[in-house]
Amino acid sequence: MNNFEYAQPRNLSELLDLLSPESGKTELLGGGTDLVGLMKKMIVTPDRVVNVCDVAELQGIERGGQSGDLLLGAAVRLDELLAEPQLEPFGALKDAIRGTASGQFQAQSTLGGELLRRPRCWYFRDGHGLLAGDGKMIIDGDSRWHAILGNSGPAKFVNASRLAPALIALGAKALLIGPTLEDRRELLLEDLYRTPVHEGERENVLRPHEVLTRVILPTRPDVTSATYEVRHGEGPNEPLAAAAAALQLEGNVVRDAKVALGHVAPTPWVAAEAAREIIGQPISDYVAQAAGRAAVALATPLKDNEYKIQVAKVAVSRAILQAARLPTGGFYA
Amino acid sequence: MANVIYSWPSADEAKVLGKRRDRLDGLVKATGAAKYTYDINLDKQLIVKALDCPHAHCRVGSIDTIAAERVAGVVHVHILRPPSTEIQFQGDLIAAVAAETEGAANEGVAKIKVQYEMLDVFVRDDDLEAATDFGRTKKAGGKTELEREPTDDEDEDEFEEKEISRLFKESKYIVEGYYGINAITHCCLEPHGATLEWKGDKLDVHLSTQNVSRTDDGFADALEITADDVDVHCDYVGGGFGSKFAPDYWGIAAAQIAKKTGRPVKWMLDRDQELKIAGNRPSGYVKVRLGADDDGMAIVWDSQQWGSKGITGSGGIENAMPYVYRPKNFRRRATSILTNADVARAWRAPTHPQACAMSQTAYDDLAAMMGVDSYDIFMKNLANISSRQKAEVYVEEMKIGAKLMDWNEKWHPHGKGPTEGSIVEGLGMAIHEWGGVANTSNCLLRIHPDGGVESYCGTQDVGTGTRTVCAMVLAETLGLSEEAITVNIGSSKYPMSGASGGSTTVGAVSESHRRAAQDAIAKIFDLAAPKLGVNSGALEASNGRVGVKGNASKSLSWKEACGLLGINPLEVTANHVRGTKSPLSDVGVGGVQMAHVAVDKETGVVKMKKLVAVQDIGLIINPKMAESQIYGAVIQAIAYALFEQRIMDPKTGAFLNAELADYRLPWLGDIGEIVVHLYEPQSERQRGVIGLGEPPVISGGAAISNAVCNALGVRVPVLPLTPKRVLDALRQAGVT
Repeated sequence: MNNFEYAQPRNLSELLDLLSPESGKTELLGGGTDLVGLMKKMIVTPDRVVNVCDVAELQGIERGGQSGDLLLGAAVRLDELLAEPQLEPFGALKDAIRGTASGQFQAQSTLGGELLRRPRCWYFRDGHGLLAGDGKMIIDGDSRWHAILGNSGPAKFVNASRLAPALIALGAKALLIGPTLEDRRELLLEDLYRTPVHEGERENVLRPHEVLTRVILPTRPDVTSATYEVRHGEGPNEPLAAAAAALQLEGNVVRDAKVALGHVAPTPWVAAEAAREIIGQPISDYVAQAAGRAAVALATPLKDNEYKIQVAKVAVSRAILQAARLPTGGFYA
Repeated sequence: MANVIYSWPSADEAKVLGKRRDRLDGLVKATGAAKYTYDINLDKQLIVKALDCPHAHCRVGSIDTIAAERVAGVVHVHILRPPSTEIQFQGDLIAAVAAETEGAANEGVAKIKVQYEMLDVFVRDDDLEAATDFGRTKKAGGKTELEREPTDDEDEDEFEEKEISRLFKESKYIVEGYYGINAITHCCLEPHGATLEWKGDKLDVHLSTQNVSRTDDGFADALEITADDVDVHCDYVGGGFGSKFAPDYWGIAAAQIAKKTGRPVKWMLDRDQELKIAGNRPSGYVKVRLGADDDGMAIVWDSQQWGSKGITGSGGIENAMPYVYRPKNFRRRATSILTNADVARAWRAPTHPQACAMSQTAYDDLAAMMGVDSYDIFMKNLANISSRQKAEVYVEEMKIGAKLMDWNEKWHPHGKGPTEGSIVEGLGMAIHEWGGVANTSNCLLRIHPDGGVESYCGTQDVGTGTRTVCAMVLAETLGLSEEAITVNIGSSKYPMSGASGGSTTVGAVSESHRRAAQDAIAKIFDLAAPKLGVNSGALEASNGRVGVKGNASKSLSWKEACGLLGINPLEVTANHVRGTKSPLSDVGVGGVQMAHVAVDKETGVVKMKKLVAVQDIGLIINPKMAESQIYGAVIQAIAYALFEQRIMDPKTGAFLNAELADYRLPWLGDIGEIVVHLYEPQSERQRGVIGLGEPPVISGGAAISNAVCNALGVRVPVLPLTPKRVLDALRQAGVT
């Protein structure tokens, strides 16, 4: 770890003043569950670390605006989200948090930090860059945990966030602010992420002097949702693949749906094809499986990860069944 | 003093032995008060961090340390692998930086510039063909045993081939199997390392070691001093599993840096270095043909095996093949593969878990092929075993295991069990054997005239509960409580006791401590006898008193009895030499394990439901600690069966998952129910103490593999049985 300057601003204005316009010079510190390890391995080498946990504008869970959306502060800890009664209807989010399986992690990790976790790709973590030689190291190397979708370019890693698929399926937006307090943009959460094509580009669209301040979660009482992660073991390791489904049901007929996958692509992956399979249909094993197949129809596995197609397919169908409160037939039902 | 006859009290007589006692040091370990090597910090110490080689095979060119030396706080840079050294595996330590703080040491490491000349890399230890093409193979041991000898008419050279092929022709069933088990690392929670200082010309070392008594000479040899100039201390060890027998080259270098700088030095490996260079268990892969008669009795085994112990490539596992179950006719051949990986170290029951997982899977496949109960095949084939335990003991252990598992109720033919959703369940079993000889051990026992008792022994506690064993043996013999005794272990200045390797420690210390205590109490009886007006043979030590057997009124308190010693304490030393026949200890144990698993056919995820471990170990000192040893071993078996594997980049040889975030281990929720049964009939108890640490880790892997095969009706050939491997096997079998 290199020496660095440490700052602990109290409000957003102070925070924005501390950010560098140059990528990589400043890193934001939430719970530190990811950043500290990256710094120790010198994968990131910031000159300044800015702790966002005391920034007033990043706190709290509250209702906002006329629509009654829930505003989740980026510095809110995962265990607070898990305990929050207002989040009770958002099954997909709660499932995803529970899936992290570690009380220590939930008590430490912040919402913003979790959404912006750096990929666990072992080539990236071993200092070969996010693209690892334009993807060549991964193609020649060991790709068992890498992408099966969105991997035609040099990026082969999978996005690390476990909460993103749930929040994306629930229609969440991200509020980004910076470089001044007046510079605000609101994005669909899926648009926060990108697939880098050049080394040096990160896996999200945040500018160096921009901060994720809140996640805006629309409240739709008729929506039921779930996340299904296929995990190798009960520990906090990332799942092999995961899916979140949010369904608007009328009786048992799906009126609207959104399905997002995790750990299958360099970004959280919105599977519109899967949603199309179930919209207008009465929910059943059959349609859930059709949705699973549709979600992976265009998958392009690498040398070592063909099995992930099956895993992702099952995750999608089980997330849909679980969202509809139907038995999934597998573990963790 | 009468000639002391060493023996153990009977189960009825024993007051301490065989009782469920808590560990004496359980509380200090649980509260963090126990000081492990990593917890030791010395005044004015320097922290050392090392630069490890990023390449798996290369030659060191130039090393530029100027920038590192200029980092504020850096005191010294020490070269471990000078220019022109050939590096054979990733992680080998090139240079070390000693600094005032960890931060400065790491910054110094980052500023060392090394030029490397790249050399060819080979790490695919499972690919015999590729290894052959790459010139990375070496013939390993082979053996053939056939019941029939060639007749005068038969060509001796051709006989073996012809006889084996005749036996297969005679076989009603022939299993053709492929099985394997990946390399794993020791993954010690406390990494290897030392904190040490020179006191004049004497070296004082706190070393994380499982070999307290015999690492002083390792330092002495390398530093050109003598072993009396080195003190090694280790009160607690955070895991060794066979990887912590020596000072290691970084330990020696730490002493050299301390000498050079005149400062104490602390050097513990980083996590990824620990996984890369501080111990791994070799891999094994095998192609087997197993022939059996129409009853399912195996009559011939023929195997070709390969695998790697790293860059030396020497074998070992093949010597244990086929494991325990050994038909009267067998041929085993083995090829050793030289990979750019660190040389393997002993790992809990070296070679046995691999051999078991590559042999007893074939026996289970025989049951599957015949459509019969695996239990019956495993029972029947006890007629032909090669083991240090007797077949009749396995018979009893299998019966107990089956009852605890409810085997008959739960059993179904392979792949024919009920499916609930996508979940199928299965049962599997396997058996194992081990030696567990008592190691050489010396004990110094001092009994003070005021009744105080202290013992000294240069042994260690790698998790065994060694302190508690010493105290229980002394307490039993002297008629005291364990708390009344001060047990001292963990220093090379104490009487020598062997390394904790080979499940030899409990045998070792119970030998030396029982002997010392029996010798001591005989002397006290001699002093007490005239006072009580009896012969010393009529005395016993019990409940804190020395008195006449069967006559409670004629006795002295322990303190009164010790007062008879006069002004000087009584000192007794006793010893046991490994391999000496003794009434107190023996060699050779067996065990049976049965696994019940559930498998999600759609995701390939395997979950443990239950594992039953039945184990004999002769006389059991403390059943609670023995069970605890078995729980640990079973968890480690579940780890290598379902999770653990060293993953290397096939091209660069980089150890990809050398961090705990990627090196997968089971968590509490992955363990399921563990049921332990200690098998201790009088026929086993009378054999004396036999080691336990290793055997219960052996057969769990094979048992779990067999249970998964029973669930799916498909063999997932290579451990660990990851979801990927389960799904790949199902796809290849055309199931999904």
